[in-house]
Amino acid sequence: MANIATQSQPEAIREDMLIEELGFDDHFHDHHHGDKYQSNFITTYIFSQDHKMIAKQFLITGMFWAVIGALMSLVFRLQLGFPEESLAWLKPVLGKWIEISADGTGVLSQDFYYALVTMHGTILVFFVLTAGLSGTFSNLLIPLQLGARDMASPLLNMMSYWFFFLAGAIMFASLFLSTGPFSGGWVAYPPLSALPQASQGSGAGMTLWTLSLVFFVVSVLLGGINYITTVLNMRTKGMSMWRMPLTIWAFFITAIIGLLSFPVLVSAFLLLMLDRGLGTSFFLSEIYIGGQALDHVGGSPILFQHLFWFLGHPEVYIIILPAMGIVSEVLSVHSRKPIFGYKAMVYSIMAIAFLSFIVWAHHMFMSGVNPFISNFFVIFTLIIAVPSAVKVFNWIATLYKGNIRFNASSLFAIGFVSMFISGGLTGIFLGNSALDIQLHDTYFVVAHFHIVMGVAAFFGMFAGIYNWFPKLYGRFMNDTLGKIHFWGTLVGAYAIFWPMHYLGMAGVPRRYYSFDAFQAFAHFDGMNQFITIGAIVTFAFQIIFIVNFFYSIWKGKEMTDRNPWKATTLEWTTPIERIHGNWPGKLPAVQRWAYDYGKDGKDFITQVEPIGPDEKEVH
Amino acid sequence: MTVLLVLLCIGLITIIVVQVGKVTELATKIRGEEEMQEASNRRNANYMLAFVILFLLATIISSYYYKNYFLGYGPHESASAHGGTLDYLFAVTLFFTGLVFVITQVLLFYYAFKYKAQRGTKASFIAHDNKLEIVWTVIPAVVMAFLVISGLDAWNEVMADVGEDEEYLEVEATGYQFAWALRYPGEDGVLGRKDYKLIKQGSNDLGMDWNDEASLDDFLPNELVLPVNKKVRVRITSRDVLHNFYLPHFRLKMDAVPGMPTYFVFTPTKTTEEYRQELSQYPEYQVPVDPNDPESPMLWEDFNYELACAELCGRGHWSMQKLVRIVSEDEYEAWKATQTAHYMQLIRGTEDDPYTDKWFESEITERKENFNTKLESAIGSEEATDKVLQFEYVSFETGSADLTPTSKYELDFLVDALNKYSNMRIELAGHTDNTGNADANMTLSQNRANVVLNYLVSQGIDESRLTANGYGDTRPVSSNDTEEGREDNRRTEFRILSV
Repeated sequence: MANIATQSQPEAIREDMLIEELGFDDHFHDHHHGDKYQSNFITTYIFSQDHKMIAKQFLITGMFWAVIGALMSLVFRLQLGFPEESLAWLKPVLGKWIEISADGTGVLSQDFYYALVTMHGTILVFFVLTAGLSGTFSNLLIPLQLGARDMASPLLNMMSYWFFFLAGAIMFASLFLSTGPFSGGWVAYPPLSALPQASQGSGAGMTLWTLSLVFFVVSVLLGGINYITTVLNMRTKGMSMWRMPLTIWAFFITAIIGLLSFPVLVSAFLLLMLDRGLGTSFFLSEIYIGGQALDHVGGSPILFQHLFWFLGHPEVYIIILPAMGIVSEVLSVHSRKPIFGYKAMVYSIMAIAFLSFIVWAHHMFMSGVNPFISNFFVIFTLIIAVPSAVKVFNWIATLYKGNIRFNASSLFAIGFVSMFISGGLTGIFLGNSALDIQLHDTYFVVAHFHIVMGVAAFFGMFAGIYNWFPKLYGRFMNDTLGKIHFWGTLVGAYAIFWPMHYLGMAGVPRRYYSFDAFQAFAHFDGMNQFITIGAIVTFAFQIIFIVNFFYSIWKGKEMTDRNPWKATTLEWTTPIERIHGNWPGKLPAVQRWAYDYGKDGKDFITQVEPIGPDEKEVH
Repeated sequence: MTVLLVLLCIGLITIIVVQVGKVTELATKIRGEEEMQEASNRRNANYMLAFVILFLLATIISSYYYKNYFLGYGPHESASAHGGTLDYLFAVTLFFTGLVFVITQVLLFYYAFKYKAQRGTKASFIAHDNKLEIVWTVIPAVVMAFLVISGLDAWNEVMADVGEDEEYLEVEATGYQFAWALRYPGEDGVLGRKDYKLIKQGSNDLGMDWNDEASLDDFLPNELVLPVNKKVRVRITSRDVLHNFYLPHFRLKMDAVPGMPTYFVFTPTKTTEEYRQELSQYPEYQVPVDPNDPESPMLWEDFNYELACAELCGRGHWSMQKLVRIVSEDEYEAWKATQTAHYMQLIRGTEDDPYTDKWFESEITERKENFNTKLESAIGSEEATDKVLQFEYVSFETGSADLTPTSKYELDFLVDALNKYSNMRIELAGHTDNTGNADANMTLSQNRANVVLNYLVSQGIDESRLTANGYGDTRPVSSNDTEEGREDNRRTEFRILSV
């Protein structure tokens, strides 16, 4: 079999011969004369149906939102860290939301503070860490790593992006409402979110917020159906499920979670809209507000929380699983070792995904639900620690006796593991309802989820971007700048979020505009300043990334070797030119799993290489 | 200006970043990619080692620096009976997670440092190890099981509602935008019914239902005062959006949900004064509240428990502060005695009062006492004018001689007095103002005096001791030109003729 392709040939040529020899002929060229899908500017760059272009669209849109969301956090961090300082200089940008007092000092309006907090959460959770992360890498890697020409439905895939874009446009428009954007927290609990009398952001701002997220859910569902279908039906010859890279497993399970949980969010929104517009009482009961007793009776605000968190909790795994997949892949490639415990990794993803559906009420221990019910949610929640711990141990074991190549990508992957440990462990406190009595809705929670799903997911995303940038643009990002970006971000992120644990233990509640009203919360000025400065510095390090990213698109070092990381997976057997349909001729046939690094004295063996006569297949 | 500066900074950073990028790429070209990669591996591996050391040091130092905020440690001890259990659980969890944290972070960064790629190094092919994987699945599972069991044990005990025959004090906290309203049950120990439709801004902010007699003695203080070592059940409600009743020092938190009262049962174990004394032991609290004013009280002297809101409820969420005072049982009783029932303070006698035709025990006792005092001094006085006493609470339906329902209370006082002074004789006198026909007024006042006389007789007073006269508008005590004056003139009196 292998007699035409000998070991002495350059890898790329040998791979191409193997693909030609063993690959699957889907008569791609017979159907794709002249490539009608990318015939002009609009079909190439805007309404593109090519998964690689859609991945770029998701990525750059996600980056746009990340910058907006991060800038918002800087503004409210300035308020928290330096409440005495004048913010009048922000007046040209924020307009009436900076209230100028008689002596000329500018103060951030309370309403807008809460609007910023709300928007920051919504944007980061949905637009950046769901669409920007999963949207980018699922789109890019699912077809490439599975040996498919494109997604199962390129049209739905394109629509998925444009629904996301529409969602973003609506959300962006809501920032400019005279009553301000929605300001009731990203969880949008009624009655606050249902009654314009309760908060001015709950008027038009809330309407646009909901509308935007409904379109967003459409986007997620279109994408998710596509990812699942592609993974199930479009794996190339030989690519059995157990030969799939962990990235694909992560994206696949993520899509399933999304498909099962996001519709529930829409149902919650629908009922909320009915309460707002048509006078129903799903979530409202016995409310006196604005000098008026409302007619609503019999509704339960807690019902909304159940529906919201039925999505909301799986959502955090929708965010973190793709990052985990990316990190598993990146760690393995750059430590030149197979991922440790591949099957355990897959099973733990499945276990986490399954458990993610039966733990939602751990967000609601103190919400007035029957304390007895919490018993079950505590048990299931803390069980999640087990598969999570297995993953951490496996990542560490992957590094053990490896041959680690340090670059921006592997650094961020290692940083991810550190963050996931730090943030995951505090989850053990919060998941235990007895401790949650004190810690619920304090800065301890803010520290926990920012580290474990905010920063960690970002680290996974960065690891992915640095690693697969060549597959997106045919060039490399500057690695030195990438490393500076990593070290600055690692230290900066810990500097921001680590101190918040102490704030939380001291009992300081989150979502406070000012801490002056309470003796117990008032004496942390120094720490709050430290955190704010940390946030500004960490943001500055992200500018390095952004400049590096855009500079490298056009001016980065060009790719000359199509497999620069010496990886085994299929995306590195495609030509540097990144053509539509991915492979110019036949589709590659897969002969082995994705992690043959350092096997039998060879640095790596690609997935298209057949199992040798004396070789034993591993998985 | 600042905006310009910020933009300028970003521009400068951009230029620097691009230049650094160019330089490093040039250096790579000159020195060769492999050599550069190796140097970078060495450098970053060292950074890894340095980072984990500094990270752990920072963790230890900051933990030491902020040790006072660890739950249950030093001045951060809880002030409730269940708080200690939670603080202990926190410490146990901190121990296990701390251990795992140190081990995993050290291994992660140390392996990253140790297994850097260098010339001639190679990776070992280790795909999995079932034994090892079972070990590190089982150990976390066992630890988790332990934490779950101790956690749930504490949880179910803390969250249990009061038992049927337990003795406890029930108070109510209602959240609204943006403050807490407190309600105590008064003498009967029972909080009255509420209905949000009855809310009236200013006079009845909680919608208390005055038809429920349990509401009548409820009082609404502006601070939460509780007796130490007594079980308290806080009934938590909301008037508008979600709030959260949060007492950080007592390890207590519970959402306030409109339409669905929630509760939290706890026992305060330290009075405010005791907690202050404890704080006074720590140097951190032996500093003046105002660092610029050495005369200001020490931090510990100024300490107070506080009630906060811990569920986003709108723009003023951060400001829902109330003082909490834990006092001894005696102090509590004394404080309670100074509180007036909301109904008595703001509702009694207004249009919202459903009991206008009825006097309460307390009112009867108090008014009877006043009546008797006045009577005694009239009896003791020599002056003829002092012998005339006006009924304060006897009144008639407009234009008629029918007594209003509450009139009989004061007449009963008189009955009791007449029984006490069994020889006392009195004259009952009716007066009107000067509106209307003088003859009619005369008749009306006579009739009214007669009605009073008849009532006294019906209560067993001998008619021979009573006379009744109507004087119409002939004896005004005030000007008939003003409404107030005319009101003074419409009156019923009695005169002590002899004792």
